[in-house]
Amino acid sequence: MADTMQFDLVSPERSLASLKATAVLIPGAEGDMTAMPMHAPTITTLRPGLLKVESPEGNSEYVVTGGFAEIGVEGLSVLAEKAIPTGELTREQLDVLIEEARSAHKDAVDNEQHDLVSDAAKLLADMEALGTHIGL
Amino acid sequence: MPSLKDLKNRIQSVKNTRKITKAMQMVAAAKLRRAQEAAEDARPYAKRFNAVMAGLAASVGGSDTAPKLISGTGSDQVHLLVVLTAERGLCGGFNSNISKLARQKANALKAEGKTVKMLTVGKKGRDALKRDFGDLFVGHVDLTGLKAVGYANAQDIAKDVLTRFDAGEFDVATLFYSGFVNVVTQVPTAQQIIPASYEAGDDADGLAAEYDYEPSEEAILADLLPRGVATQIFSALLENGASEQGARMSAMDNATRNAGEMIDKLTIEYNRSRQAVITSELIEIISGAEAL
Repeated sequence: MADTMQFDLVSPERSLASLKATAVLIPGAEGDMTAMPMHAPTITTLRPGLLKVESPEGNSEYVVTGGFAEIGVEGLSVLAEKAIPTGELTREQLDVLIEEARSAHKDAVDNEQHDLVSDAAKLLADMEALGTHIGL
Repeated sequence: MPSLKDLKNRIQSVKNTRKITKAMQMVAAAKLRRAQEAAEDARPYAKRFNAVMAGLAASVGGSDTAPKLISGTGSDQVHLLVVLTAERGLCGGFNSNISKLARQKANALKAEGKTVKMLTVGKKGRDALKRDFGDLFVGHVDLTGLKAVGYANAQDIAKDVLTRFDAGEFDVATLFYSGFVNVVTQVPTAQQIIPASYEAGDDADGLAAEYDYEPSEEAILADLLPRGVATQIFSALLENGASEQGARMSAMDNATRNAGEMIDKLTIEYNRSRQAVITSELIEIISGAEAL
């Protein structure tokens, strides 16, 4: 059994990581999941959260928002709308993200788009949880 | 016949112009490299995205419940043309080629009796199309003062387009931009973005396996389609950026060469007339001396 798989993390603007990983924790829309080699092919959308990569060379963490992950036969690709290595994320950047989520939530409430309100509220909660998670 | 002084001024002014075009060419070359890198960096995302979308669209697209973004509104009466051009000129035929393509398409659609609306991105496209289609404009996105286009800009444009789509303002959206082939070749391209047509690429590694979907296929598709619009606009913006710099570089290269030729020609003319002045002066002196 293969003990590593190809892992790619790409955002629209650049490719952030491409390496051999042993396990990747993905913040899936319906709950976290850990993808390991030989995982069943799966496509899931992402919620804002932490992406943890374990590889023989060491572990790394990224903050990702939006997008999806594709677990295929040959490896895992994560296509995130925004992806920032945890070390590089500052409180200010996170505040901007939280502010965006907050205004989206407000928009949804103001315009009485009820189907969007819960989504936006979830997004906002995810964002705030993220901040405490990485200790900012 | 221009005087010697006029000629001298003329030569100097052409020389100055040559300096400017040369500098612009060099700046464009540097910017081109950066734009190309940006386009290169964005490719993996777009490629994987399209592969996944193609798979999803193939499995869901046919059904009655397919999202409107992929199946269309059932009519093609109202067309929105999104024209992406540059904010600056002096880049050869770049802006006019894109505008020309958009104009042809608009006229063709009008001839078929369709309603045409236009959304322009970039000042030059707006200026070029304003005279003929000014009354069709529904909006303009200004990217002046932006050093490099980011994904956020594409998202803003996509949001604008999607809001209009949801409001039922149009049925079909087409993107006009310039595809980057190489420095001397840019191909004006029209690409339909709504309803989206995702086709599996040439490399069939797209979606070979059967996937589990979490949440459901429909939910993922509904989530990803708006992002797909943004992604397509983003790649178009980047291609456009690279094309613009490429076009400017070759245009300025031509201009520099033409200025050089002009200087040579003017210098010859200058020397000739200087020689003529000297000769006529000599003749005057000699004939004056003989007369004594």
